[in-house]
Amino acid sequence: MADTTASTRDLGGIHDDYMALTRQKRLYSLVLLIIFVALMVAGFSVAGGRNAGSFWGGLDNFFDYPSELVIEASGKLSEFPAHFVTFFPALVETVNIAAAATLLGALAAIFLSLLSTRGMARFPALIPVFRRLMDISRAIPEIVVALVLIFILGGGPVPAMIAIAIHTAGALGKLFSEVNENADLKPLDGLTSVGATWGQKMALGIIPQVAPNWLSYALLRFEINVRASAILGFVGAGGLGYELKNAISWGQGRYDEAAAIFLLLFITIVVIDQTSSHYRDRLTHGAKSERRS
Amino acid sequence: MTMLDTADLKGSADRVMSRKRIVSFALPALVLAYLTYVFFAFGVPDLIAKASGANARTLIADTYSHKVHVTRDNRNGAVRVAIEGENKGTYPDGEGPAWVSLDDETVIDLGDGHIITYLPENNGVTYNVPGYGLMTFEVSRSQGVIQNYPTDDTPDWINASKNRVAVTTEAGRLSITRNRTEVFRYFVGWELFFFTLDSPYHGMGAGEVIRRAFGGEASAIAHDFWSNKMWRHGDVAWAIFETILMAFLGTMGGAIVALPLAFLAARNFAPLPAIRVATRRLFDFIRGVDALIWTIILSRAFGLGPLTGALAILITDTGTFGKLFSEALENVDKKQIEGVQSTGAKPIQRYRFGVIPQITPVLISQILYFLESNTRSATVIGAITGGGIGLLLTQAIITQKDWEEVSYYIMLIIIMVIFMDWLSGLLRRKLINGNEGGQ
Repeated sequence: MADTTASTRDLGGIHDDYMALTRQKRLYSLVLLIIFVALMVAGFSVAGGRNAGSFWGGLDNFFDYPSELVIEASGKLSEFPAHFVTFFPALVETVNIAAAATLLGALAAIFLSLLSTRGMARFPALIPVFRRLMDISRAIPEIVVALVLIFILGGGPVPAMIAIAIHTAGALGKLFSEVNENADLKPLDGLTSVGATWGQKMALGIIPQVAPNWLSYALLRFEINVRASAILGFVGAGGLGYELKNAISWGQGRYDEAAAIFLLLFITIVVIDQTSSHYRDRLTHGAKSERRS
Repeated sequence: MTMLDTADLKGSADRVMSRKRIVSFALPALVLAYLTYVFFAFGVPDLIAKASGANARTLIADTYSHKVHVTRDNRNGAVRVAIEGENKGTYPDGEGPAWVSLDDETVIDLGDGHIITYLPENNGVTYNVPGYGLMTFEVSRSQGVIQNYPTDDTPDWINASKNRVAVTTEAGRLSITRNRTEVFRYFVGWELFFFTLDSPYHGMGAGEVIRRAFGGEASAIAHDFWSNKMWRHGDVAWAIFETILMAFLGTMGGAIVALPLAFLAARNFAPLPAIRVATRRLFDFIRGVDALIWTIILSRAFGLGPLTGALAILITDTGTFGKLFSEALENVDKKQIEGVQSTGAKPIQRYRFGVIPQITPVLISQILYFLESNTRSATVIGAITGGGIGLLLTQAIITQKDWEEVSYYIMLIIIMVIFMDWLSGLLRRKLINGNEGGQ
């Protein structure tokens, strides 16, 4: 009897405690929300104050440029095929920068990731060194390397390619080593027992396990790198971005060229995105069904 | 029967093996062929021939050293001592560092016995190189630079013509033209990093500065450091803040805009299939247009500045977040929603308690991941829209001489990105573990 009353009292206490906890949690959420909203508002007003044009004024003009572009370009539709032909080499250059950078970056990432994964590393003592190397090359924005290399090598696609490759090596290296950590190490033991060298162990024991996931990440990176290569072109590294900069600086009267480049860039990005996501889908689903069986 | 089967099996195994063998040779060969094509398409051999070794050397030397110019104007005889030859680093008239004595004769001691003297008559200069001898020069309006060397044939570290002379030794560099005589002496380190010459704290030891800071001069010291004209610490700090601000506003704004749209694009929440398809196409379009084109369009409408950069990130991320969030919503577990519904919850409560708790971990981790990567994008976009550290960096690179500032900015950018990486990782762990505990 006494026990029951005690437990009811306890239950009441638990209920009160729970409600107090909920109230406290709500209060914290509210405070966090208020801080967040205040940060956003203050941030936008600070950024707006430092801007050349105001936000509301800009909002009215938002469609001015695109509509001018469309109106002028639609009057010269017949010239579009010629523009496409003119700018096609630049497009190829942009895609080549991205592809070569992804390839070189991925090759470096393979070695960096194998050298920095426990259980696979050739020199286990150097794992932290290779990790920091990846962190640093991931942290350097492409534009920094590109601008410095443009000063030394002169403008063109190579500085952009090297810059993107360095960043790719770091970014893919991290993702690759995460994949490596999930790989089964037993094939390595088997290969070690028959006297395989480190290169053979990696090529025969690890790479067949992780290749689909690596490829999928590399394809995703390729999508990102196409965009990066277009942007770097804009700061002087050749390709479609460079042509775009020239075309828009000519201003009115030459909008048809700018529009043609916009269109080319848009189509390229959409096509590459779609193709790569199709193949990534196949790669990851294939890998999943293998893992299940 | 079994014989046939084994024969079949062996045949198919052989085919698989030979295909694999071909692939394992063809793939590297293809990669190699492609790289060779790119090598020539990008004109690498030409590039190597044209690459400027001198530029690379200046760049590397400048990143860890600075030079002090001692310049005489040969038209009026005025001598000026300036760090990096900049107005901001010029010593007051009649003053200079200890190794330059400014009297009638200006004697410049480059160390190791290298002495250069600016003589008052006829714009004369003498340079004593140990182990070589004393060179004398005079500048005349009509005859150019009159040169006297201790040996008949000039060594290759002297570059002389009728109107100009350049002597480069390991101690420094002397150049004479009709209009001016200039000596460069190189020092390791970044000069004037803390205080410029016009500050009373220049040349003071760290201990002395700290003692004075406690003695009530803290605000004056901070002001002199913060408004350092050479390194502009205040402007640089503000630029870093602006870059992080652009990334923050863009990422958070993009997430706020994308979340409601993602409900329209998710298969299990879309009110109408047509709306779902339209929203998806909108996301695809926004992502396809790409940050570069958005940046250009936005800078036409909003002018140059950080707001434009923030909006460019916001719009691009809306497309990406919309796609990611709608995928997260499609993977939501129905049971939890039904459970909430069974207690008589209204639709809005079903979303609040049935859906949101399930997707928050995904949302938060994606947002934080993008916050870090957008810090890098904000640097690049800042270079185009004119805001933040990206702008300072491009300006410093365009001048092609302040490489110590360039390397300083690069270091700051790397530290900034690593800091944001660390911060987003920390928040991700705290917030997501906290949520899992709370659920």
